[in-house]
Formats: sequence, C-alpha cells, structure tokens
Amino acid sequence: MANIANKQMICEVLMEAAKKDKDIVVLCSDSRGSASATPFANAFPEQFVEVGIAEQDLVGIAAGMARVGKRTFPMSPACFIAARSYEQCKVDVAYSHTNVKLVGISGGVSYGALGMSHHSAQDIACMASIPGMRVYLPSDCNQTRKLMEVLVKDNEPAYIRVGRNAVDPVYSEDNVPFEMDKATWVCKGEDVAIVACGEMVLYAKQAAEILKQKGISATVLDMYCVKPFDKAAVIEAARHAKAVISVEEHSPFGGLGSMVAQTVAENCPKKCVTMSLPDEPVITGNSKEVFAYYKLTGEGIAAKAEELLNG
Amino acid sequence: MKELKKLAYRLRQDVVDMIVNGKGGHIGGDMSVMDILVTLYFKEMNITKENFNTKDHDHFIMSKGHSVEALYAVLAEKGFFSRETVLKEFSQFGSKFIGHPNNKLPGIEMNSGALGHGLPVAVGMAIAERMNKSSNRVYVVMGDGELAEGSVWEGAMAGANYRLDNLCAVLDRNRLQISGSTEDVMALDDLHRKWESFGWHVIDVSDGNDIEKLAAAFEEARMVKGKPTVLIANTVKGKGSPVMENKASWHHHVPNEEEYRQIMSDLKARAQED
Repeated sequence: MANIANKQMICEVLMEAAKKDKDIVVLCSDSRGSASATPFANAFPEQFVEVGIAEQDLVGIAAGMARVGKRTFPMSPACFIAARSYEQCKVDVAYSHTNVKLVGISGGVSYGALGMSHHSAQDIACMASIPGMRVYLPSDCNQTRKLMEVLVKDNEPAYIRVGRNAVDPVYSEDNVPFEMDKATWVCKGEDVAIVACGEMVLYAKQAAEILKQKGISATVLDMYCVKPFDKAAVIEAARHAKAVISVEEHSPFGGLGSMVAQTVAENCPKKCVTMSLPDEPVITGNSKEVFAYYKLTGEGIAAKAEELLNG
Repeated sequence: MKELKKLAYRLRQDVVDMIVNGKGGHIGGDMSVMDILVTLYFKEMNITKENFNTKDHDHFIMSKGHSVEALYAVLAEKGFFSRETVLKEFSQFGSKFIGHPNNKLPGIEMNSGALGHGLPVAVGMAIAERMNKSSNRVYVVMGDGELAEGSVWEGAMAGANYRLDNLCAVLDRNRLQISGSTEDVMALDDLHRKWESFGWHVIDVSDGNDIEKLAAAFEEARMVKGKPTVLIANTVKGKGSPVMENKASWHHHVPNEEEYRQIMSDLKARAQED
C-alpha cells in the first residue's frame, strides 16, 4: 500500500468500521477536506454531521450524540479542537465521560507558514492535564491503523493528534509492533535513550542509525501513548542509558519532555534533555524547514546525543 | 396543576434547607426555575427512575447548572435518591452532591455548570435520537445571563439548521444575573426576535412561574414541526418570598436565621394560595 497521511488512515479505518457499526459518526467543522473525511461524508451521509465553523459546537454536539449511544469522532484542526473548544473537551467529554474521540488534524506545525494561530504546540499540555482524557500521537500510518482499530471499539474519551502530510513509515505494513497504551521499542541500546512521539519518532530512529555508525548505541522509544503515559518503559529505557533525550513537536512546557523528565527524576535520576519547538512563534517555513531550523532531525538529535555523552 | 404548584413550593423549602445546611448555593435562580422543572418532570417529560437506564426516555440538560439545588429537590421527589440524603450531604466534604450537576449521580445525564454548554449538547442528543428514529424528546434549560456565551448561538444555529423539532429549550428569563440586571450587564432584548431570526419557534410564557401556562407552552412545542422550539419563560428571581424576590444580591445569598424563618413562612403561605 502507498504511504498515506495519518489522517487519511484514520478515515480509512473509520469507513471500514462504519460499514458494520451504524453508531459511528464523524463530525466536522467545515474541515472535511482538510481532515480527509470527504470520502466518509460521501459514503456515509447518515453518519456524518457538519457543524460549520464552530468548534465549541462541534465538541458539544459530539458529546451529546455520544451520550445517546453514538461513537463520535469530531475532526478539526488540532489548534482549534484542542484550544477553542478546550472547555467542551474538559466538561462535555472527559468530565461527563462521553465516548468522544477528538481528532486533531494538521497538528504541531503542519500548517507551516500559516503562523502561530494555526500551530498546535500546546495540545499535549492542555489535553493531558484533563483527568480521564487519553492522548495519542501516532508516528506513522501503520501504527495509526493499529491505534484506530482499538479506538473505534472502546468506550472511553481520547484525543488523537496527527500531522497533515504523509510521512515516511517507521514500521513496515506487515510488521507493526503494537500494544495498546504501551510504548513501542523501536530499538534498544546502552548509551542513550531517545523518547519521541508523533512525527519525531522517525527522526529519533534516524538518529539511532547515525549514532550506530559512530559506535554509540541508542534506545528509541515510540511514546505514541502520551497518556496514559507508559512510565515503566521510560524507567527501563533510562536505567540502561547514560542520558535521556525527549523529542516532540510541541512547546517545551507540559508536553512529552516534561513527563519524561518528571518520570526519570522521580525514579532513576539521569541527565535529561528536552528537544522541542521553542517558547516563541516558530520561524516561517514548511514543517520540514521548521524542524531543520530547530534541529528536530536525525542529525540534530544525534548531535545532541553525542554532546550529552561527551559533555 | 394545583398539586404541582403546591409541590413546587414544598420543593423550594427543600432547596432553602439544602442551601442553609450546605452554607452555599444559588438560591435566586433555584426559585425562579422551580416551576419549570416541576412542569417538565411531573407533567411533560418521560423520565422515571425505572426508564432512566434504558434507551426509552426523554433527555434533560440543566445548562444553568448553578441551579442544581432545585434539580436535586426534583430528582429526590422523583425517587432517584433520598431527600434526606441530599439535604444532609449537599456541599459537604466528600459528598456526591456537589454544587453543579454531575452524571455520577442517578438521574443526571451530563455534567454542566460551565455556561453555554447545554444547548450544543442538547442539539447532539436531538440529532442522535433522530438518527435512532426514536420519539424521545430533548429538553434544555438555560439562564438568561448565560445567553451572552457565544456557544449558545452556535447551538441555536445548528438546532435550526438540522430542523430539530424534537428539541425544546427553555429560557429562565428572570432578568437578573450576579452583577445586576441582564439589560445593564449585556442587553439581551429583544429575545423573541433574536430566537425567531435564528429559525426557532418562539413561545413567550408571560408568567414562567405559572405551571398551567408552562404546560400549555410545552404542549404547543410538541406540535411544532420542522424547527426547534424555545420557551421564553418570564420568571421572578427568588420567587416565593418578598425577602429575595427580584433582588440580584440573592443570586447566591445564604439566608440568615431571621431570613430563613420568613422565607419558609412565605413559601408555606404561597403553597396554600389559589
């Protein structure tokens, strides 16, 4: 199968599930095109709800439908669904415990040059701090499929953040190691542990390959399940390493790096470094240019690892 | 209807006891909304302790969640939990009976209290019930001050867009909010024209504390096809005693001993009036 964007994979799984389960409903806020949900809307018009440009309404309606037995998937840009409708996510979804899967599309800096209004560098912090809200940032389309196959069947609230474009796969289609709510070990090493989520996992994997050529062995942990946070995996990775690096497409505050540092500090103190977007509006550019500028690349992560080990 | 009126005044007394015992609550709005809740739960809606956990019942959202004491009194009367328990435990340390609706309690479907949430949620329920080809209806009660929240109008647009004739909203139009008159804080009138222009069937209930008039309005709402209905229920904040009627300061005032005695005496007397 051709490599596709994670959001497109989400819609493929939803279409497969909707054939059998008439309670699956996708909702959009004038976002069906950007969510790759147009095929779903066309194939299942009775299971699709358009709310217009109104994200608070999007989440409130999704929660009300869920209360009456629907499995709802509101899909809207991550910057809006996680921030504009934050209170609805907190009260109507998590607190009221409705079966709503909030899908944040074009997350992080996917919208590139559109600027900070369209970037979601705060969504991990805001969503993970809501009691009862699960937070997932799958790394590639193959893992996205595995994750969604679980989420279309379970009954708990969740937030899923994916990027806009197709990314190179981390896993091959026929071999995707996946256990729900357990971090995936991409590779195991002795010198440095790299914990990453979302699109950063690919770069962490590339960093491990670069480091290997230099005689440095790295662990790469794919923390697609940011919450519930797989503490045990992080502790194990940190115990076998001299230093820990976390990598995320997020603000340096309250995201994966904060969780990793908290866990390592409490359980097996080691040198910990957070690689993230800066605490300022990011430089103008497409996402790859932005990542390169802030050294969120295989080379950048490898260089940081060497610096840590030599420092 | 006379019995329901008496019931509403008896339940108001429970509310006062709850608030005095719990040392807090939103007494003014509880008193204005009580007749709306009594009409809904004892005349209009198909919600019972028995059918609540099935798919066959109407839905109710208390969007003005701060008036939860009135809802607790009504739900206790409906048998969802004991009156004695809620009177004793409301707002106490570790209690399930907190100051806003919580769906861990029987009889409550959605948590509310953050204003402006109820209408979109009710719209979602109404869309889902129509998908289910069910005849269950959806009711939501909002405060008038709450209408300053933009999300209310997002929900109003969606309700009309989806032609939800299984949805009925009620505005507890008591004309007061915590800082004073609604018209001074953020002018709302003309509400009839506002809702009509949003595509809703609008019913003005001249006395929103009159159970007969409310019942007739709900009956009319059932007959409306192709659009949702909103009742603008013109109520009196603090309804039941001159001590608190139409006084913004009674939004969340806790009666002292003297006020308590007078209010209870007034509520008992009102229950006997024709």
